[in-house]
Amino acid sequence: MIQVKNITYQIGKKRLISDLSFEVKAGELLAVLGANGAGKSTLMKLLCREISPVYGNILLHGQDLKQYKLPELAKLRAVLAQQNTISISFMVSELVMMGRYPHFKHQPGPHDVEIVKKVMEETGITHLAGRDYNTLSGGEQQRVQLSRVLAQIHDCPEACLFLDEPTNGLDLLYQQQVMELARKLADRGYSVICILHDINFASRFADQILMLKDGQKVALGTPMEVINCENIHETFRINVKLMACEGYNCPLVIPATIQT
Amino acid sequence: MSKKTKLILLLLLFLLLAVMILSSCIGAVTITIPEFLSIIANQTGFSEVVNFKPQQAAVLMNIRLPRVVLGVLIGAGLGISGAAIQGLFRNPLAEPGLIGISAGATLFAVIVIVLEVGIFSAINGVVGFYAISLAAFFGACLTTFLVYRMSSRHGKTEITTLLLSGIAINSLAAGLVGLLTYMATNEQLPAITFWSLGSLGGASWETVSGLLPFIIIPVFILPFLAKSLNALALGDAQALHMGINVVMMKRIIIILATMAVGASVAVAGIIGFIGLIIPHILRMTFTSDNRLVIPGSAILGAALLTGADMAARTIVAPAELPIGILTALIGTPVFMYIIVTERNKNKLYL
Repeated sequence: MIQVKNITYQIGKKRLISDLSFEVKAGELLAVLGANGAGKSTLMKLLCREISPVYGNILLHGQDLKQYKLPELAKLRAVLAQQNTISISFMVSELVMMGRYPHFKHQPGPHDVEIVKKVMEETGITHLAGRDYNTLSGGEQQRVQLSRVLAQIHDCPEACLFLDEPTNGLDLLYQQQVMELARKLADRGYSVICILHDINFASRFADQILMLKDGQKVALGTPMEVINCENIHETFRINVKLMACEGYNCPLVIPATIQT
Repeated sequence: MSKKTKLILLLLLFLLLAVMILSSCIGAVTITIPEFLSIIANQTGFSEVVNFKPQQAAVLMNIRLPRVVLGVLIGAGLGISGAAIQGLFRNPLAEPGLIGISAGATLFAVIVIVLEVGIFSAINGVVGFYAISLAAFFGACLTTFLVYRMSSRHGKTEITTLLLSGIAINSLAAGLVGLLTYMATNEQLPAITFWSLGSLGGASWETVSGLLPFIIIPVFILPFLAKSLNALALGDAQALHMGINVVMMKRIIIILATMAVGASVAVAGIIGFIGLIIPHILRMTFTSDNRLVIPGSAILGAALLTGADMAARTIVAPAELPIGILTALIGTPVFMYIIVTERNKNKLYL
């Protein structure tokens, strides 16, 4: 469980995140939506403790994030960052095993090997195990990184999973698979926070949606509560149409005309 | 350590041992391998049998062996710090010489020689050696810090800036060394020339014992950071997410690597390319896993430098080729090969 309480982050006088609060319980998936520069990545960095809020605090399982030691934290949350280029190349299986690094001292145990095998099956990259990471396509690399991140918290129930645009660079099939996987992990008891660009993906898979603009909350609630033309216009400055869709509670969002 | 890593390291150790014995036996005074073993057994008190000439024992114990051990230490130091620095800069092209660390060390060593000549001549021997070593170490630290600050932004090292910083530092150091050479007296000149070419010619048990701590400490500590260095390859943020104190780790690596490079430069001058090609050979042949590359670079670096030194003193015997020339002659083609293969793999973001 992660609780964000009135956090503000600023550089100089520029506020990147203003007085933001929300809570993600175990088993919940929160999607964060916002235009470029809305503060999504800053929020992610705050949640990962790459940077610390100027005001307010973030509680992980009821304890302030700052009080955790780094190795402890590594077993409680895993992060899929947006950029994942590496210059010294590794074999895919070695790279996924890195996700287990917080769990062993020098050499992986049979348990770690088992988990690596399992997550690679889950993300559908078993056939890439012996390949050189830098020779993979962008989408394959993204899935390898996702496997590494999953391996890190695979045996840590109630851990947090932060995904920064996990569908980036993936084709439609894998976008869907990654989101289904994220949903499945939430159902297993993880708290998942996921930055997304696709509103329909967000409303389809998330329990809660947080809409950000200029570091401030535009709306927070279930997809049914927050997906409406006003909120979307406020967040993205676009006009949309909503369309009811059979089998879904939440309406589909379709772009209308761009207005400035 | 995994079985495969252990096996590879063991094989490399055998290679090193073979090169060491060979290098001890070959030279102006020939020593056969049975004679070599007999001298060692006799000297260590295992055997009373004397199957060798006293002259051979004297040559081996006072000239060859210190030189071989010095080669092993310097090769190990350069190899392991090269591997660690490549991991730190997250770049396979980073090398102490290329990015100006050796130049910084040379500059400070030369400053000590020229400006502090009074003190230097007064505290000759081991203490004097420590003074130059410490200066070289300090110079190496300073340049590493400078280059790192110049080329890193937001935790990322840009290779173009890195190499440009290296070029800048190298030419600045070269200019200052030139100035100091101009100022230097006739007695100081040979000492300065020695640094720019690199040589193990000054080997004695004194220099070996002076260098020993500066090499032993990095060689034994850096392998423990191998796992963290692997994680660092993914990026600073990613390593942090995996629970690694990135800032602390980088500091330790810079200190240990510059310790080895600085002290090596102080004893043997600039010996280029060992730190660059050794980790590369291991990565290309086996794996990028630093748990192999870090300790492996120490062993293979030691073997290669010992072998190169053997060549340096036998090719033009009875004269001697500065070893820096030899490693540059071997190293440059290897370096060119790396550039071309990396370009083909599209890994160089220049």
